[in-house]
Amino acid sequence: MWDQLLNGLVIGNLYALTAIGITQIYGVAGVVNFAHGSVYMVGAYIGWMAIAWLHWPLVPAILLVLAGSAAIGLLVERAAVRPFARAGSTILLLTTIAAGLIMDNAAQIIWGPQTQALRSPLPQWQFKLGGGTVSFLDLFILAAGVGTALLLHLFLYRSRAGWAVRATAQDREAALQMGVDVNRVSSLSFAMAGAFAGLSGLLVGLYFNNIYPTMGASATLKGTTAALLGGLGNVPGAILGAYVLGITEAFSVEWLGSSFRNLMAIVLLIGVLIFRPNGLISARRALNPEPTAGTFIPHGRPLRFPRWLLPAVTVSAMALPLFLSNPYPLQVLAIAWVFGLMAVSLNLISGTTGQISLGHAGFVTLGAYASAILTSRLGLPFSLSLLVSPFLAAAIGVLLCYPALRLRGQYLAITTMGLGEAISLIALNWEGVTQGPLGISNIQPPGFFGYPIVSPAGMYLLAFAVLLIGVWVVHRLSRSHLGRALRAMREDEVAARAFGIGLARYKSIAFGVSAFFAAAAGVLLAHSYSYIAPDTFTFALSIQVLTMIILGGRDNAVGAVAGAVILIALPESIRFLGEFRFILYGLLLIGMLRFRPYGLFNSAT
Amino acid sequence: MILLSVRNVHKRFGGLHALRGVNLELEEGETVAIIGPNGAGKTTLFNLISCEDSPDEGEILLDGHRIDGLPAHLAAAHGLARTFQNGRVFGNLTVLENVLLGAHTRLHGLTDPGSRLAGSVLAALREIAWSIIQPRRFRRREAELTEEARDILSLFGERLIPRLHQPAYSLSYANRRRTELARALALRPKVLLLDEPTAGMNPTETEEMTEIIQTLQRRGQSMLLIEHKLDLVMAVADRVVALDAGEVLVSGRPEIVRSDPRLVEAYVGRRGAGHSVPDSAVTLQKQA
Repeated sequence: MWDQLLNGLVIGNLYALTAIGITQIYGVAGVVNFAHGSVYMVGAYIGWMAIAWLHWPLVPAILLVLAGSAAIGLLVERAAVRPFARAGSTILLLTTIAAGLIMDNAAQIIWGPQTQALRSPLPQWQFKLGGGTVSFLDLFILAAGVGTALLLHLFLYRSRAGWAVRATAQDREAALQMGVDVNRVSSLSFAMAGAFAGLSGLLVGLYFNNIYPTMGASATLKGTTAALLGGLGNVPGAILGAYVLGITEAFSVEWLGSSFRNLMAIVLLIGVLIFRPNGLISARRALNPEPTAGTFIPHGRPLRFPRWLLPAVTVSAMALPLFLSNPYPLQVLAIAWVFGLMAVSLNLISGTTGQISLGHAGFVTLGAYASAILTSRLGLPFSLSLLVSPFLAAAIGVLLCYPALRLRGQYLAITTMGLGEAISLIALNWEGVTQGPLGISNIQPPGFFGYPIVSPAGMYLLAFAVLLIGVWVVHRLSRSHLGRALRAMREDEVAARAFGIGLARYKSIAFGVSAFFAAAAGVLLAHSYSYIAPDTFTFALSIQVLTMIILGGRDNAVGAVAGAVILIALPESIRFLGEFRFILYGLLLIGMLRFRPYGLFNSAT
Repeated sequence: MILLSVRNVHKRFGGLHALRGVNLELEEGETVAIIGPNGAGKTTLFNLISCEDSPDEGEILLDGHRIDGLPAHLAAAHGLARTFQNGRVFGNLTVLENVLLGAHTRLHGLTDPGSRLAGSVLAALREIAWSIIQPRRFRRREAELTEEARDILSLFGERLIPRLHQPAYSLSYANRRRTELARALALRPKVLLLDEPTAGMNPTETEEMTEIIQTLQRRGQSMLLIEHKLDLVMAVADRVVALDAGEVLVSGRPEIVRSDPRLVEAYVGRRGAGHSVPDSAVTLQKQA
């Protein structure tokens, strides 16, 4: 009991160090900084280099970490936040995700993908306290957490710069008019938040004795959860949220098992988003003020092609297996078609309906597991499963998303990310049905009426056929009154609702149809890989698909498929790009949003 | 026949008592103008009637049915259409699409919300299926509505017809307001709620809008109108309700309300000192 409480407090302190940064950045820049965990990871590596390579004592190592990660925080602000300050918060969410993706993958290339041991240079003594054990490191972490919180409080409430930070957080425009240099405030906040994150990364590394390049993902998740628990933008709230999260986790690990640590965090995250989106300690928010006229963001329209072009491309794509003797390009293109299907389906949510979804991999996972279970346990043939599994997945998907559909913008985006994670965590923990971490293997190859499809040409044609159906359905929907209703919601939810468009119903429709085709893509992949596990389709996949539609152009089915082909085929055809694939995605995402936000296949007017 | 009635409605925002027992009635075919200084509670009242927000006390009836507290999209299905104070068109939809969207609730039962859970799921599935299949009567309905949308838009002469396929964000401010009104008319509302339809318009445009409102009146459209421009109010209103600080100050025929000293006081203040005088108050004084 005491041990758990103490453990929760120590972990809570570590979360607090990331959460205050996330909440402070939200206050100043209006975005949940998804690159924050990556800054934390880089901080851990800087500390590791200082301790393991340079054999520095802890205090100078910490100073180096603070300086280094502050610089990284600044870099994120300059490259991924400041140029997009006017583009709206959902765009900022994407650019910070891209910055995180670039850092995580650069770290894998620089320091290697393996876990590195980090031995604490602190004295190893410990003592008993009321039935629990307290180590020197525990005390050190507690001191670091409380000390940082105190320093931050003094800074915010006792210094002129802190005054400026608070003013900017309350009203950026007004602060600007009063002569506050909001850009400097923004830089300062990112630097401070970066320094705290880096320190937190180093301390977590010392606490668990190891660090690895993808450690940032869970820090972002935990920090965001804590910040949301406290109410975004509220610094003391974030600290409180971090303790709540740390202690909840410690006790659920004790009572339910260690694999429940992350599931509990996700449950808290989704719970707070749905039931108390303004945090545990704040009052209900009133109606949003009416926008003043002229705040439209032009979306661009699909480029017009000659009438014959698309049919011609389709026919040539179908005929391609006749002319190619080398199976490799067919395999690559088959994967591209499946990703094209995912992109077209995500486009319905993110392009047409204008809701950023970061959990598309969850729908893919649902489809893959549904089909794997239906075909291996219940002996359903593939042809039937290809139809039934997407229905099943769409139903479950809508059921899971439904409570979240009244959230908007970043809040919905974070919830979809949480739901995507939750789906793979459920697959991990529900061993009776999913075989847990082992995954499901020996999934039958796709086939119809007893004839299995195993040749690359067969897979290619199957994937292309399903893609064509998907594109056709989405195209019909998009041109009907339904497409109009979905776009109206994207443009102005209040006005759409005033004209009879029930937001929950129409968002459910968009998510349902989208989940259906994402799940169909999952079915195809599960049967062609013949093996799936809870981590087959991850957050990285969701981002990859999102990059495809931003590359191709939002609300443009042809662009989505083209984006998928480019992003799948390009790294395959240029060999040296393989290792840099995700860095390329990140750079593309930032570059496109900066220089051609309409995408390649949309034009400005 | 009384079409819309607002009975003893209260609304509080934290410590602010924005509406204190407002009563209002609208007869079929009638035009009632709501006037009052900034902060009087006019838009709050509109938000309550259009179910954008729900009252803390009191009730609102449309055609004998209580609508207060309904979700806004169901109020639309009951026959309420509104325009917004600053104009809220769908920027990336074309003018035609904007107007067609106004007819969303009229797609012959297709967009029924469905009453129970199973019903609403089935209705949604049916809506998806029909949108994909697009049976002939479905396309015919869409064509009819498109024709009707053109008719509505021709109310504005040559202002919008040539811009049918332009995205709404490319329109001038006045044209956006016109598009918004056309969208509201496409719902064929029992009651049309107009929130400052001529705000930000120049005198010629205001004159045009006045004529359009008069055309709608001749067609028997019932309207509730928030407006600051007294000329417009005098030209179109059958009755005027003056709000101040969340209460009905005066109501009655326009010429009677206009000359009521309490109204002048509400706008200008008892002595006039230390208060900024809104434009409309100046007009009001001149006319009084």
